[in-house]
Amino acid sequence: MDLLFEKSIRGRSCSLLPKCDVEAATLSKDHMRQKELPLPQLSENDLSRHYSALERRTHGVNNGFYPLGSCTMKYNPKINEAIAALPGFTQIHPLQPDDTVQGSLKVLHLAEKYLCEITGMGAMTFQPAAGAHGELTGVMLIKKYHEVRKDVGRKKIIVPDSAHGTNPATAVMAGMTVVNIPSGSDGCVDIEKLKEAVGEDTAGLMLTNPNTLGIFEKDILEITKIVHDVGGLVYYDGANLNAIMGVVRPGDMGFDCVHLNLHKTFSTPHGGGGPGSGAVGCKDFLTPYLPKPHIGVCDGRYEQQYDCPQSIGKVKAFNGNFLVTLRALTYIITLGSEGIADAAKNAVLNANYLMKRLGECYCIANEGICMHEFVMTLEKEAKEKGVTAMDIAKALLDKGIHPPTMYFPLIVHEALMVEPTETEGKEVLDEAAEAFLSIYRQAMEEPEWIHHRPTHTPIGRPDEVAAARHPVLHY
Amino acid sequence: MGSYIPSNETQRQEMLDAIGLAKVDELYSQVPSDLILSGGPNIPEGKSELSVSRLMSKMAEENVVFPSVFRGAGAYRHYIPSIVNAIVSKETFVTAYTPYQAEISQGILQSIFEYQTMICQLTGMETANASVYDGATAAAEAVAMCRDRKRTKALVSAAAHPDVIETIKTYCWASDAEVELIPVKDGVTDLAALESMLDAGTACVYIQQPNYYGLLEDGEKAGETAHGQGAKYVMGVNPIAAAILKTPAECGADIAVGEGQPLGMPLSFGGPYLGFMAANKAMTRKLPGRIVGETKDSNGERAFVLTLQAREQHIRREKASSNICSNQALCAMTAAVYMAAMGPDGMKEAAAQSMSKAHYLASCLGKIKGFELMYKGEYFHEFVTGCPCDSDELLKHLASKGILGGLPVSDGILWCTTEMNTKEEMDYLISLVKEVCG
Repeated sequence: MDLLFEKSIRGRSCSLLPKCDVEAATLSKDHMRQKELPLPQLSENDLSRHYSALERRTHGVNNGFYPLGSCTMKYNPKINEAIAALPGFTQIHPLQPDDTVQGSLKVLHLAEKYLCEITGMGAMTFQPAAGAHGELTGVMLIKKYHEVRKDVGRKKIIVPDSAHGTNPATAVMAGMTVVNIPSGSDGCVDIEKLKEAVGEDTAGLMLTNPNTLGIFEKDILEITKIVHDVGGLVYYDGANLNAIMGVVRPGDMGFDCVHLNLHKTFSTPHGGGGPGSGAVGCKDFLTPYLPKPHIGVCDGRYEQQYDCPQSIGKVKAFNGNFLVTLRALTYIITLGSEGIADAAKNAVLNANYLMKRLGECYCIANEGICMHEFVMTLEKEAKEKGVTAMDIAKALLDKGIHPPTMYFPLIVHEALMVEPTETEGKEVLDEAAEAFLSIYRQAMEEPEWIHHRPTHTPIGRPDEVAAARHPVLHY
Repeated sequence: MGSYIPSNETQRQEMLDAIGLAKVDELYSQVPSDLILSGGPNIPEGKSELSVSRLMSKMAEENVVFPSVFRGAGAYRHYIPSIVNAIVSKETFVTAYTPYQAEISQGILQSIFEYQTMICQLTGMETANASVYDGATAAAEAVAMCRDRKRTKALVSAAAHPDVIETIKTYCWASDAEVELIPVKDGVTDLAALESMLDAGTACVYIQQPNYYGLLEDGEKAGETAHGQGAKYVMGVNPIAAAILKTPAECGADIAVGEGQPLGMPLSFGGPYLGFMAANKAMTRKLPGRIVGETKDSNGERAFVLTLQAREQHIRREKASSNICSNQALCAMTAAVYMAAMGPDGMKEAAAQSMSKAHYLASCLGKIKGFELMYKGEYFHEFVTGCPCDSDELLKHLASKGILGGLPVSDGILWCTTEMNTKEEMDYLISLVKEVCG
C-alpha cells in the first residue's frame, strides 16, 4: 500500500487556520530554516482513507483473541476512554495552580491510595511512563537507599535467568552490575543459587511473581528474607500482577518496591506500543526518595509537594502519562474490591483451562497449576519435524488469533507463552483451543504446510534479516 | 460491582471440572495461605458504569478549564485538527500491542515508518526512532547515547526546561555520570563559558532551541564549539518552531530531540506526550527503543518490520542501549496525522502565527511600565517580561476572568502565545493587566 508521501500532491491541503490577525513578525535570516520543509500535502479525505486502510492492516483486541503472554491483553473498557476524553481532564495545563487542578490531583491521590492497598505499599508515584521506566525508577530508589546509608559497595542486582530483558537492562542504566542466577528445574528461583549469589555487595533482587513461566514462587517469603538478611532490597516487577491482584500483595511477600503496568493489569489500552504507565510503589522507608512532586493533602485540599530533599529528582516532565493513570483509576473504581480479586481469579482459571485443552497435543513446560499464563515448548517438534514455535505462531495468524509471545522466557527452548486473560469467555477459549490443536495436527502430518503460513494476512512473512542488514528507516 | 468477565457460573464450573478442581480458590494452593487476602483489598465496592461516569465527571468538573491560555513552558495549546482525533481514536489503533507480529501489524508499522520520516523531514536528521516517553526522557536518553569510556560528562544549558535538566540529572546520577550546567547570560546560553568548560571528558553539549525563556540560541555556534573539543552536540527543539527555524541538521547537531506534544496532543495535565529522537547516520545504532524499517515479504511486496533489534533489551539484556520497551506509539501516530493534516504550509503558518502573536503581545505589554521585555534577543512564541506588581495577584485576577496568564519565573513572567490566541483576547488581557498593575 502507498505511503502518505506517495499520495502527496503539490498544492493540496486541509484548510485549518484563519488569517493571522496581527502584524507578521520576522526572524533574522541566520535563524531561518534553509531547506524547504518537505512534509506531504494531502486533503482530509486522503488522510481519512489512508488511515482507515492502515486500520484494516492492524490487529487489535477488538479484532480477536490476543493471548500474548506477559502482555495481559485484556479488553479495554470504553468508559475509560470516555472519561479520558472529558475536556475537564484533557484541557488542563500541567503548570496550572494547584487550586485549579483539584480534580486531577484527586485522581492521582485516589489512584495512589487504591493501588497501595492492592500492592501493600506505602506510597506511589505516577511519573514513570511505562513498565521499563518504572523499573528504572524502582532500582533508583534502591540505589538511593544504599547511598543515603553510605553503604557504597552495593552495586549488584540479582536477576533470575527467567526474567524479562528489561530487568538486566534497567539494572545497568542504574549503574549496577547484573548477577544472573539460573532457575531450578521447576522454573522457580533456586534457593541455593540465590544464597550463593547474595552478599555485602548485593543492592537488590529483581523478581516477578508469578514468574515468567506462570508459576507462583512458593518460597517467596524465604527468597525475600535471604536478600533482606544480607542488607539488600527486593524489587517486584509488576508485569504479572494480573494473576494475583486482590488475592495476595507484593508488600506482604516482602517486596520493598514495585512497578505496575497500568496498561496491562489495569486495562488501559496499549496504543500499538504505548503510551503506558509504570507506576512505582514503595514501602514507607523508601517514600522520601520517590520522584517529586508528591501529591499530598492539606486541610482537605490536594497539593503538589516539592519539598522532598531526598527525592531522586524527576524521571519525566510533569506528572507522567496522566490520562493513562486516569483510565486505570476508572477501572479500579468500576471493579472495586471484589471485582479486582475476581478478575485475577478468572484470569488464572482461564489460563488453567486453556492449558488443559492445549496439553492434549502440546508439551507444557511445567507441570501443575499455572497462574495467569503458561509456557509451551516445541523443542521436540522442532528437532523431529522442523516445526518451530514461530511456525505455530504464523499459522495462528491465518486463524485470526494473535500468536502467543514467542521464544520467551529464554530458559525454555522453542517457547510459546500463552496468556488468555479474564475477559475471554469459555467459548472463545474453546475455539482457540480447536485452532491450536488443528494446526498442531496438520503440522505433524505435513510439516512443509506450516512453513508457508500465513497466507491470509496483508503480507507474507517479512525478510527481517534484510531489514537489519540494509536499513531503510524512512521514505 | 462492575465486571468485564464474560463466562457465567455454569461455564466457570465446566472449566473447573475440566481442570479437576472444585473451587476457584484451589488455584492459589501454591500461595502461602497466611498471605491470602480473604476479604479482597481494602478499597471501595465496585460500581455500575453510570455511577462511575457520574463520579469521574464530577472530578473533571473540579478542574478549571481556562478558555484563554497564555502559559506554555513546555506544554503548548495549539489547534488540533478534527481529523486527528477521528483517526487516533480508532479502536484497533487504540487496543493493539507493540507490532511484534508484522503480518498483522502493517498498519501500526507503516504509521511509525511515516512518523519517523516526518520527524526526519522536520529536523533534517537522517534517522528517527519510534518515540520515547517525552521530551525530558528523550534528552536524557540522548545524553546517554553520547557517553563512552573516556567521555562521560554532559554539559547542559541552564536555559533548558527545568524538568529536562532535572530528568537528565536523575538519569546521569543513576549511571554515575557527571552533569554540569552551562550558565546563562542575557537569557541565552553563555557560549564563552561553554568553551572554557569543554574538555576531553565531555561527552556532549545539550542546548534547547528556543530555550526555556523563549529566546533563540545561536544553535550553529554552540554546535561548532562542542565539536571543536570532540564532544557530541544534542539539540532539544520545539517541533512547531522547527518548521521555520534553522534545523538541527543545519546547526550540525548529532542528535535532535524534543517534546512532541505541540503536534496534536492536548495538554492533559502533562501526559501522555511524545519524546521524539532523531540522529545522524553515525549515531543510528545507538538510538534507544523501537525503530521500524522497510523490507520485502515472502511475495516480494513492500513490508515493514521492527528492526535493528540487536540494540534492544529483549535481545541484548544487560548490553542493550536502553531498557525502553513500551513507548508512546499512539502519540507518534497523533503527531504524524497532525503533521500530514497541517502539511508544510500549515506547519509554517502555525509557527509564524504563534511567533507573530507573541511579538504583538510583547509590544503591547511593553507599553505598560514595568512589563518591558527582560531580554533583548530574538524570540519565538515565548518571552519574559518584568512584573512591577504582585504577580500572584495579577494572575489570580486574570484567572477570575478565564485567563491562564504567563508562568511566574524568578524575576518576571514567562508568557506564551500560539495561533489559538486572538488579537481580541490579547487586547482584553492587556486591559486587565492595566487594571491591576497599570
